[in-house]
Amino acid sequence: MTTHPLSGVAAVAGIGATEFSKFSGRSELQLACEAVLAALADAGVKPSDVDGLVTFTADTNSEIHIARNTGMGELTFFSRIGYGGGAACATVQQAAMAVATGAAGVVVCYRAFNERSGERYGLGQADRPMDTSADRAAYAWMTPFGLNTPAQWVAMFARRYMHEYGATTEDFGRVAVVDRAHAANNPAAYFHKRPITLADHQSSRWIAEPLRLLDCCQETDGGQALVVVSAERARDLPHPPAVIRGAAQGLGADQHMMTSYYRPTITGIPEMGLTGRQLYRQSGLTPAEIDAAILYDHFTPLVLPQLEELGFCGRGEAKDFIADGHLELGGSLPLNTHGGQLGEAYLHGMNGIAEGVRLVRGTSVNQPANVGHVLVTAGTGVPTSGLVLGADR
Amino acid sequence: MKGVADADHAGRSDYEERLQAFVGRELNARTPGPDPVNQPMIRHWTAAMGDANPVYTDTEAAHATGRPGVVAPASMIQAWTMRGYGASAVSASAPGRRGFDELLELLDAGGYTSVVATDSEFEFVRELVVGDHVAVCEVVESISAEKRTGLGTGRFVTTLKTYSDQDGETVATQRWRTLRFRPPEPEPEPEPEPEPARVPESRSLRPRPAVNRDNAFWFEGAREHRLLVQRCAACSVLRHPPGPCCPECGSLAWDTVEASGRAQVYSFVVNHHPRHPAFEFPHLIAVVALEEGTRLIAGLTGVAIEDVAIGMPLILDWLDADPDLSLPVFRPAATETN
Repeated sequence: MTTHPLSGVAAVAGIGATEFSKFSGRSELQLACEAVLAALADAGVKPSDVDGLVTFTADTNSEIHIARNTGMGELTFFSRIGYGGGAACATVQQAAMAVATGAAGVVVCYRAFNERSGERYGLGQADRPMDTSADRAAYAWMTPFGLNTPAQWVAMFARRYMHEYGATTEDFGRVAVVDRAHAANNPAAYFHKRPITLADHQSSRWIAEPLRLLDCCQETDGGQALVVVSAERARDLPHPPAVIRGAAQGLGADQHMMTSYYRPTITGIPEMGLTGRQLYRQSGLTPAEIDAAILYDHFTPLVLPQLEELGFCGRGEAKDFIADGHLELGGSLPLNTHGGQLGEAYLHGMNGIAEGVRLVRGTSVNQPANVGHVLVTAGTGVPTSGLVLGADR
Repeated sequence: MKGVADADHAGRSDYEERLQAFVGRELNARTPGPDPVNQPMIRHWTAAMGDANPVYTDTEAAHATGRPGVVAPASMIQAWTMRGYGASAVSASAPGRRGFDELLELLDAGGYTSVVATDSEFEFVRELVVGDHVAVCEVVESISAEKRTGLGTGRFVTTLKTYSDQDGETVATQRWRTLRFRPPEPEPEPEPEPEPARVPESRSLRPRPAVNRDNAFWFEGAREHRLLVQRCAACSVLRHPPGPCCPECGSLAWDTVEASGRAQVYSFVVNHHPRHPAFEFPHLIAVVALEEGTRLIAGLTGVAIEDVAIGMPLILDWLDADPDLSLPVFRPAATETN
């Protein structure tokens, strides 16, 4: 393939999750432990083999608690990534870099929360405590004015995108319909057997115009973990390796948290373009060689500019690309075959990486034929990350 | 717990199932009352109730009705097993959870945070006499599907309390029904009429800005109804949101210019949910592009939602939200008709 030092060196060898619910009834730490142990069992390695952990700065389950509860021994590498869901694929990048450099041999990436029964991100920042940090002060330009929630922040981008490219809320709705169609076949999905129509989308209530209820992802209790080892070691483990062909982060110029409204244009996602260019350079692939995509879908409107930034279609053309059926099973780029965060669960993007692994293994509930390479993205509107996972051939 | 890699992934946990699992379950184990049935408590009760029937206080009068002695009023049954405040407080913090606490926690998680007692049906098996010692246990009989009521959406939780004597014989039962409900959201506000910016009355305060050394000048300017834009003192480039360092030239020196107040709608959002109590809904909010070239988030006023359009010319106004917070708002600029 290529000679990039990170490409092909490491692989995801195990995936594991809890059930996805609205009320787990147990602690976030327990969810994390369950997911980690499930992923290790899937990989066929013991907790005592683990020497590295990576999670989100947003996660409440510190490495020390995971390590001592699951019976890991000594760790030589532990790292955390910021910026909410933008961290998802970067946890795997960190793990791959640790494996590539020898900092660790078996790295577990994890994320677990009671995001529905506990602290709900969807309620927004209005009533969060204030301090004088720069991160908090950034909210001074939003919350006193009443722009408080992720849906509202995304709606501002969506309105401008509609204005510049002639997209409609139906174009956003088609993303939800695809996600929910895929979730309908997935027994692990919260919306298993509950597909929606575009008419359902159009009649769902406004949350933050132009976003309707069915443009918004779920809020979920659950945990997801992934085990990263060297590609060589992965070949001796039970499942076919999901080889990490590319792994990259991106922080765009004049980047803000969810409100990068001050750039010359706000209809693109420059940090995703930056991530995508690195992924293609590392993997030596072109967009046409990507067989399926897991694109971060906390809100449908930002799936459209992702398709454009990642080179699957031209600027402003995503609405037509979607309407032409490319994202459906049997299309040129099946999207979110697990149902996405709208259909399966909102695990801050980590469940999407697990689906990328299943697609490479050939075990997705919506498995397209001949998947060689899957592109996975992390959160949009924030500094982000992405992965290209590939079959070991 | 299973890995999602397994084909037979564990089913999702279901709130309804968890709730219905409480049916038939003991919420409070059989607990004896603190005191046996006794004359002083009966006397206080009947005096408070104004019930002068002598069978409760006079042995001879009781004998005359064929009773073996003084009896307790039937409706006192709950009084014999009531715990004092201190006992309740201790139990709430004591280790070892009761089914009752678990059920409340689950109801709370479902949003059913409010409670009202709806009805109570008693059946009395025998009269209590002085010296009887009553205990009570409580079991869930049913939890209804979600119902819409005048108070809000909720579930009727019916329990059966069984009162028994020192020999374990049932002396009374009580079917106890409460409505556990979700307090309703405030009624949607009518569409705001185009009208001058005003301070909403009797609403919560708007969220406080996190003010620090880098942004305090802007909020101080706003209190004086001056919309300031930070300007690099070295290269004169304007920037918003402000920061300590110029991204163009790296200078840490800056001053401000006061914006003209002329602007355009760059994008906008109409907020419906969730409804923060400081705002009226639907709530119209925009990114506006100032004539000077910077953008900022601000409310729009004096315009109907359906009339807002990207590119619409705006003029600055001010909202004195509360004594400590003034914010710029924008209204449509008068169109020139020549």
